[in-house]
Amino acid sequence: MEPPSEMVHWLFGMGILLLGLLMLAQVIAGPAVWARRAWRTYLWPGLAFGLGVLMWPVMTFFTNSAIHMVAHGVWAQGLMAMGAAELGLARGKLRSRLWKLATPVGIAVSGAAFLVHEQNDWLFARSAFLHHLIGWTLVGLSLLPLALIARPRSVTLQTAFALSVVALSVMLFADRDLAPIFGHLSPLAGPPHR
Amino acid sequence: MTQLARELPAERTRAGARVRLISALGPLTVAAGVVWAIVQPYRLTLLHPHGQGFWWLAIEPPLLVVAAGVVFAVFVARPLVADLEAEEGERGAA
Repeated sequence: MEPPSEMVHWLFGMGILLLGLLMLAQVIAGPAVWARRAWRTYLWPGLAFGLGVLMWPVMTFFTNSAIHMVAHGVWAQGLMAMGAAELGLARGKLRSRLWKLATPVGIAVSGAAFLVHEQNDWLFARSAFLHHLIGWTLVGLSLLPLALIARPRSVTLQTAFALSVVALSVMLFADRDLAPIFGHLSPLAGPPHR
Repeated sequence: MTQLARELPAERTRAGARVRLISALGPLTVAAGVVWAIVQPYRLTLLHPHGQGFWWLAIEPPLLVVAAGVVFAVFVARPLVADLEAEEGERGAA
């Protein structure tokens, strides 16, 4: 009764797309207008935390291998820690700027989780290609929030971060369980479907 | 006085541009989902539902993109645009 894994990627793609749109809107509106309504400051940290919570059912039901379970579990914790730290900072309960490190760490953990639970090479199938691509994108992306700790007002860094998150959602929507990538599909992957 | 007369229109233009950009994000996302559905109609299982299981009928990726755009436009962009316009009004009054 569980959905095919490609659908899980699409559902998370929708969440990540919303996350990217929120981040883009925040950059465009500016911090003062964004903070005019208190609930808005909790939006993207809350969504990130929620995506972490939703990663637990993925860990529970997608048990292809031990590494899948470990990766999804670590991933859930990384996203939840990132969301929780940002929520604490938005609420004012956390004051040290060091808590901002939770975001680059959470994103880097997400990237590592993508990379370690893909056991096939890049051109095995589209899903393998996208797992590698998303994993390395996330690892690279983690440098942006890290740079934002040093330069929190940089509109360029904020815009790059938001657009990278939107690009990430496009990659997730492009995922298919069994489809060729650049004309390559390993015979070991099985017959492609629609 | 001369300085104010020069600066206010520039501020208004900037706020207007921000309003237009934020107002466009939701519709652009919806349009992206619609274009995707037209380019790859086979990704919409609802168009050929015979013999499909629950998940293939419930999860339609182009519609997820459309839904994200609608949710953003209604629940985030609309109040944010109102706040931007209020800020612009306050600045104009001051």
